[in-house]
Amino acid sequence: MAQIQIKNIRKDFGDFNAVKESSFTIEDGEFFMLLGPSGCGKTTTLRMIAGLELPTSGEIYLDGEEISQLPPSKRDIAFVFQMFALYPHMNVRRNLSYPLVSQGMARKDVKAKVEEVAGILGIQDILNRPVGGLSGGDRQRVALGRAIVRDPKAFMMDEPLGALDAEFREHMSEELRALHDRMNATTVYVTHDQLEAMQMGDKIVVMNNAVVEQFGTPQEIYDKPATMFVADFIGSPSMNFLHFDGNVGEGAESVTLGGEVMHVPRTRQGASGKLVFGVRPEHVTLSDSGAYRGEVLASEYLGTTQIITLDTPNGELKARIDSAQVAKVGEKVGLGFNPKTITLFDDGSGHALRSDLNNEVLTNG
Amino acid sequence: MAEVILKGLSKSFGTDVGIADVSMTIPDGAFVVLLGPTGAGKTTTLRLISGLEKADAGEVWIGGRNVGAETPAQRDVAMVFQQYSLYPHLSVRDNLAFPLKSPILNTPVDEIERIVAEVASVLQISHKLDNKATALSGGEMQRVSIGRALVREPSIYLMDEPLSSLDAKLRTDLRVELKRIQANLGATLLYVTHDQIEAMTMATHVGVLNEGRLVQYGTPREIYENPNSLYVASRLGLPRINIVPADVFGGMPAGVTQIGMRPEHIQQGEGQEAEVQRVEHLGDQARLHLVLKGHAITTIADPHTTYTPGAHIKIAPKNPLCFDAEGARISSGRTVT
Repeated sequence: MAQIQIKNIRKDFGDFNAVKESSFTIEDGEFFMLLGPSGCGKTTTLRMIAGLELPTSGEIYLDGEEISQLPPSKRDIAFVFQMFALYPHMNVRRNLSYPLVSQGMARKDVKAKVEEVAGILGIQDILNRPVGGLSGGDRQRVALGRAIVRDPKAFMMDEPLGALDAEFREHMSEELRALHDRMNATTVYVTHDQLEAMQMGDKIVVMNNAVVEQFGTPQEIYDKPATMFVADFIGSPSMNFLHFDGNVGEGAESVTLGGEVMHVPRTRQGASGKLVFGVRPEHVTLSDSGAYRGEVLASEYLGTTQIITLDTPNGELKARIDSAQVAKVGEKVGLGFNPKTITLFDDGSGHALRSDLNNEVLTNG
Repeated sequence: MAEVILKGLSKSFGTDVGIADVSMTIPDGAFVVLLGPTGAGKTTTLRLISGLEKADAGEVWIGGRNVGAETPAQRDVAMVFQQYSLYPHLSVRDNLAFPLKSPILNTPVDEIERIVAEVASVLQISHKLDNKATALSGGEMQRVSIGRALVREPSIYLMDEPLSSLDAKLRTDLRVELKRIQANLGATLLYVTHDQIEAMTMATHVGVLNEGRLVQYGTPREIYENPNSLYVASRLGLPRINIVPADVFGGMPAGVTQIGMRPEHIQQGEGQEAEVQRVEHLGDQARLHLVLKGHAITTIADPHTTYTPGAHIKIAPKNPLCFDAEGARISSGRTVT
């Protein structure tokens, strides 16, 4: 299989800039997610890797070979679309055989390959059925099979589960990931669903407004967001932003929020003016004491945990706490923040300030 | 607002059972969520209360009146549908004011103005009041259609999956919002959904429907912590509860054939040895997908867990839920009802 290297690719459609100079590397065998809201340029990026769009500038390397201007057929990449397109008048076997036959492969090799792929996907018993009568899951498996039979160097998938309902989607995402683990094929997968990206991906690129905001492992991106956009887009509920005016020196280990001193990871960069104190809901604790206080606006029961919405001197905040803990609407409570997990942002640029927590990630990314 | 009581309500469509013998009390000021998969009878129940369908048997009482013979208008209910239906040629303001202009209500003009402004501010669409209804995003349109119900003060609000067509973020915001509005108004609200998160987070009471029958009715906490059947236990909780035969861990009372373990109710470090298949780092937690004697089991771990596929880990159930062969819950040797 293959390593894919993206170097400064850019795509313009007339006056519209769909992807700004972007660079990242997809390692051999990785399940790689392109994540972002609609219109962020993730599908355009995928289509450029597959050759369905040609980049305006920049390079794409597939196993060291520059392919950015090659036609799709010369790239040896398989594409799985959101709406799985099967030939309706052919049965499953012929749908699977078609890509091989059209490549001129010998009959008995085609037969063997189709059997092998059907085995991987668990669809041996429906090979002679027409595709018309298949369930959604089986149609999806056949569509995947058609991508797999060619033994391509890499798979491109554009929201392949987007059209499915929640329960089935969960099931198919597990199946897809298990399939990847068996075949170890480099896979690039586009989604706007952050949970899907976190669940399935080895690495994630988060895009917004044609720009790569961050690139890293799911946990890295979650714990050490590079921008406010990433912090907000990843996680549910997303990271809390407490806005404050302040002056933070390089090497500072605390900031003043609502008159109270809050410890933060040691900063490696100073900033002043409008700043943001970023804390994830599960890193907020509620107590009777505590000088920094908030008023409980709402609670949402989720079984083991509950989400508490609070009004604080620096804006609204959500906390994820044990559902056994009591928090009454209208009550004022003390708030604590796990100091090791805090990310400070510059409100104007939206960029995270470098600190002992995120320095490594931000320097590499 | 009013209390609504259903007594032995049944409705069939030909040979298909819509709902069968449903009895429940929706207390005044309660936020009741009916939860169930497609075809469980959720929407049928709403339509029977509103008078859009006629019951085969049973009674609907609203505010102490048997409304069996009343038209939908006389029943004084407000309904919000999944597909927002706004008047496309009217502005947001006129869409909101429309129900108040009904000749039955005869609301004074300045009163209409006041109510519309108030509802618009609650739903954060004040700045869009003069827009055409069609010049709104999906989320805004749905807020207007909820707003159109809120301008009135009916006996009960009936809502049929009003948030399901919205994107995840907006859904989360509107969930909190709707709950707050309901609590502030002291409104009685019956809400149907197949989304368990909506049921757990908003409801004061959850009714779980299965094939037209109300199988359990209680607070979200009761339903989650004390389900009366395997069916109910599997409706709530994400990831889903793990169901394994009782003999996998052993030591269960007589009559128990299956046990249910919520992912967070699994002890690590003792018990039976399972193999890690996959680890998902979700940020706030990690999910471990395990296999134990051929059974798939999902549990959760610290977000920075160092487990990798192929690792072995001992697990044991912590306060498991016990079920008999039919899926009924057994607790302390007795069947839970």
